[in-house]
Amino acid sequence: MKAWLNARTIIVALVVAGLLLLPVYTTLSGNVFGLTLFTRIIIYALAAVSLNLIMGYGGMMSFGHAAYLGIGGYAVGILAHEGIGSGFIQWPVALAASALFALVIGALSLRTRGVYFIMITLAFAQMAYYVASGLARYGGDDGLTIYKRSDFGGLIDLSNRVQFYYLCLFCLLGGVYLVWRIVNSRFGMVVQGLRSNERRMQAIGFPVNRYKLVCFVISGTICGLAGALLANNTDFVSPASMYWTRSGDLMVMVILGGMGSLFGPVLGTIAFLLLEEALSQFTEYWALIMGPMLLLIVLFARGGIDGMLGRMRRG
Amino acid sequence: MAEPLLRVEDLVCRFGGVIATDHVSLDVHSGELHAIIGPNGAGKTTLISQLTGQLMPHSGTVRFAGQDITRLPAHRRSRLGLARSFQITSLLPDFTASDNVAMAAQAHDGHSFRFWADARKEKGLRDAAMSALSRVGLAHRADAVVSELSHGEQRELELAVALATKPQLLLLDEPMAGLGATESAQMVKLLQELRREVTIVLVEHDMNAVFALADRITVLVYGRVIACDAPAAIRQHDEVKRAYLGDQHVVTRHD
Repeated sequence: MKAWLNARTIIVALVVAGLLLLPVYTTLSGNVFGLTLFTRIIIYALAAVSLNLIMGYGGMMSFGHAAYLGIGGYAVGILAHEGIGSGFIQWPVALAASALFALVIGALSLRTRGVYFIMITLAFAQMAYYVASGLARYGGDDGLTIYKRSDFGGLIDLSNRVQFYYLCLFCLLGGVYLVWRIVNSRFGMVVQGLRSNERRMQAIGFPVNRYKLVCFVISGTICGLAGALLANNTDFVSPASMYWTRSGDLMVMVILGGMGSLFGPVLGTIAFLLLEEALSQFTEYWALIMGPMLLLIVLFARGGIDGMLGRMRRG
Repeated sequence: MAEPLLRVEDLVCRFGGVIATDHVSLDVHSGELHAIIGPNGAGKTTLISQLTGQLMPHSGTVRFAGQDITRLPAHRRSRLGLARSFQITSLLPDFTASDNVAMAAQAHDGHSFRFWADARKEKGLRDAAMSALSRVGLAHRADAVVSELSHGEQRELELAVALATKPQLLLLDEPMAGLGATESAQMVKLLQELRREVTIVLVEHDMNAVFALADRITVLVYGRVIACDAPAAIRQHDEVKRAYLGDQHVVTRHD
């Protein structure tokens, strides 16, 4: 049997094929809701993939990752509100703002380790949340409606659901590919080495904080892109997209799918958001069911969904 | 005589009220194997950590190859050619043996802000890793994950990692710790070969190994240097016998 032909690659291939073909199905069946749901799933999956880069590969437990969703979103929203509708301006600004935010909070919080790092990233994200709540000109607490999606000239029409879906999917697959290249590069080896044993990496000659910071910035920038997509998807940004529970959701998606696995976060996000959707059909208290399920997975299925697929191969 | 490769002057390190390194001065000359011995808690590891930069001394200076490195961070010292092995094995447990060594080679091959090409397919790094692994007799275990290696193999890998940084000075913190008699003998043989290529500071409890290998021995007791001399003279040193060999002899002999 060929090495690549195992449960994991088959599932991943099926999922990718399914995502690629989804618009065909929804167009034929007229199921608009399915397309909207999966557009949202794909955007969150991109955010989870970016979080996995620092959390799964780099061992940096950032509890403030939703901040970039908000920053990317607000960059688009604020520019649109001020009459700058071009995506060629909005999106680079969204990425740059996210990168800058990551650079500043990374430089400060990467001085700490472990639980302090978790708390300080959380604190910074909450700060961003309250700043956004205070932006009276841009809706404050109530958020900001975006009346027109980012304009990319004749290149692509974001108001077209199918085109927008494929743009999001393209970004997700591109993000996964980027992370794949990064983690196997020299840079990625250093980052993973730092997760494994920071003291050792220092002793063999790596200036560790520099590498961590760059990784943190790359991750934040990718998540900022997810934020720009999300704002276009909902035609709306609000401080709630930065709230700490949202950061927690992202962490759960990564852990559920499998930390430090390439495609795990995508599977984790699909599972998380589909479960949330399904359970909320039955009861308002869906979190009561979801919580214990996640607990069981964390306790008994180390490595998340991806880990289970890996074991199927061996078993 | 030329300036020694490593010169430690008046080094002091305190932990609260405890003086772990008490005005230590020490010269290590190029090409020698300099052993540091002392009872448990004498401050040997603390001293090594100050030499490699994991720990900052409160006062005193460390000069390496004529350069003051007292305040230099660990990674810069490694770049200058100072390598260490850890007393408690400190590797990258979820990487293979060759990854561990390749990483050390990579650290000394320019910066690592290279984001695209597959590092595991870089021939230069892999070759460097294999040659260091062969050096310590671990080539056949190159693809084994560290957590699957035996303790003895992990000790050898520690050495290979240090060697891959192409050090001028190798600081070995108890390389024989936890090794059986055969493995210890192997390690002694290995160090005997290595000493021809690189200057070594050896911290070790195994007295047989120390007296077999060392050109000079520094004896540390309660953070203070009580003697520094050739092995034969150390054996005869009264204070050393009293403070160290006398009551510790039984504990430290492995045979």
